[in-house]
Amino acid sequence: MTKANLPARISLWRKIVDKLMTILVLIAVVLAIVPLILILGDVFMKGAPALSIGFLTNVPTAQNISGGGIGPAIQGSFIMVGLGALISVPIGVGAGIFFSEWSTSKLSTISGFMNDVLTGFPTMVLGLFVFILIVLTTKEYSAFAGGVALSLIMTPIIARTTSESLKLVPTSLREASMALGIPRWKTVLRIVLSTGKNGLLTGVLLAVARAMGETAPLLFTAATSVIFAKSLFLPTASLTIYIYNYAISGAPSLVTQAWGAALLLILVLLALNLLVKLTIGRNSSKARMEM
Amino acid sequence: MLGGALKISKHKSLDSPGAKIATKDLKANFGKMQVLKGITLRFPENKVTAIMGPSGCGKTTLIRCLNRIHELTPNAKVEGEVLLDGVNIYSPQVDPVAIRRRIGMVFQKANPFPTMSIFDNAVAGLKLAGVRNSETLNSMAEKSLRMAFLWDEVKDDLKKSGTNLSGGQQQRLCIARALAVEPEVILMDEPCSALDPIATAKIEESIVALKKEFTIIIVTHNMQQAARVSDFTAFMYLGQLIEFDTTSEVFENPKSELTEKYITGKFG
Repeated sequence: MTKANLPARISLWRKIVDKLMTILVLIAVVLAIVPLILILGDVFMKGAPALSIGFLTNVPTAQNISGGGIGPAIQGSFIMVGLGALISVPIGVGAGIFFSEWSTSKLSTISGFMNDVLTGFPTMVLGLFVFILIVLTTKEYSAFAGGVALSLIMTPIIARTTSESLKLVPTSLREASMALGIPRWKTVLRIVLSTGKNGLLTGVLLAVARAMGETAPLLFTAATSVIFAKSLFLPTASLTIYIYNYAISGAPSLVTQAWGAALLLILVLLALNLLVKLTIGRNSSKARMEM
Repeated sequence: MLGGALKISKHKSLDSPGAKIATKDLKANFGKMQVLKGITLRFPENKVTAIMGPSGCGKTTLIRCLNRIHELTPNAKVEGEVLLDGVNIYSPQVDPVAIRRRIGMVFQKANPFPTMSIFDNAVAGLKLAGVRNSETLNSMAEKSLRMAFLWDEVKDDLKKSGTNLSGGQQQRLCIARALAVEPEVILMDEPCSALDPIATAKIEESIVALKKEFTIIIVTHNMQQAARVSDFTAFMYLGQLIEFDTTSEVFENPKSELTEKYITGKFG
């Protein structure tokens, strides 16, 4: 039966099903995006009124005194996520290299599995682990403990994304390097790593974004503080803990500050994302062609 | 059927000294599958030797054993000897990394390093070995790009990305990259199979020019190419060496029935 002979009724039915499927898929997209847009809109509207220079730089004040700010929380979050990154990037990238370049070893398979289990681990449990390990032994809450707790969350993410990025580097490049008489460790560090660096960067960003938004692991490790941090070994404020405390306080001025802090968090994550996209863009082969 | 065909036709160069690189009963396998069943072959110095044969005969595995790349594949094993200037490169005292600087390789699909410029690609082997002197690097880059017949086309664009070239140019860049470390032997695994006739002609031209300084072993599927560029030809079938002689003898006067069948296209 050739196309021309198809009854008009069947081809009309096909057109209807086609249109219907397209509409269904579009509805799915809308349903997925709308909550995100509503949340962003809500945070923006409720949080924007709280933003000011004072808000970003001052220390908190009592709830009925104006002029309070979240300065210590901003500082604290950056310090602890920074510490977490300092620990998790070398360890995570190293583990990722092992998973990718020694993928056939039994150790690689077993530890890879354990790594993936850790990626989804309840962060409260990780926080309690660091509480017992560090806080109880040093007898104080600290930014150090908070940073270690965050690194426990970040390392498995970086290890997995590094390993996946490096696995995407074609074997032919490794062979080309080895065929030039370049030893294996140099091949991995200079050729494989640099070819996969965009994926690595994205992985680190993902881990940092995740860490910035974590609350549970900081509850029993860094606790909170109302002053700027002077030492890594004292209780430290963080944006997420402030949002938590202010939101449940019930005081309207504090609730507004909670929204402001939430908005700030989202803006920081947006900026990080843009930064990475720009860096990757400049490194991509397309950009280098125009150089 | 193979009984009679196994008599290897010997060219006098197989007895005389001056074989730059030779194999002695070389066997290779991937796990349980035996790909090379005992190859004894001598490659004359400063000549081009072509290795021909139908798909699956083991020719790529053979050259990958010559620069110890075969053993990098998981489950890959090698037995027997490969002699470079009379010394077995598989003996435990020999460093495979050092061997690979003396025996270079050009792969079937051009694989320039994507994060490097044309210049950096050409001298990658030197830079990664620790050579810093910019004068040395500049002169080696020019020398090897000239030997690969690529210099004139890229000399004004050396900082552009290596992947920004056509397929034929990329392959010539890979040849230059292999030449820059100044090897003694160059292995080529069907270097022109992915290229158009004009690019192929340029590379064949460079091969003929290069043999003055290097010993070249080229795996090829293309019999006309073997006839054009090679001095000697080895014919392989199912992991065994069937015939080895000067190219003209192999093509005009094949001693083995199998060789004759392959050359006349009865199987491929």
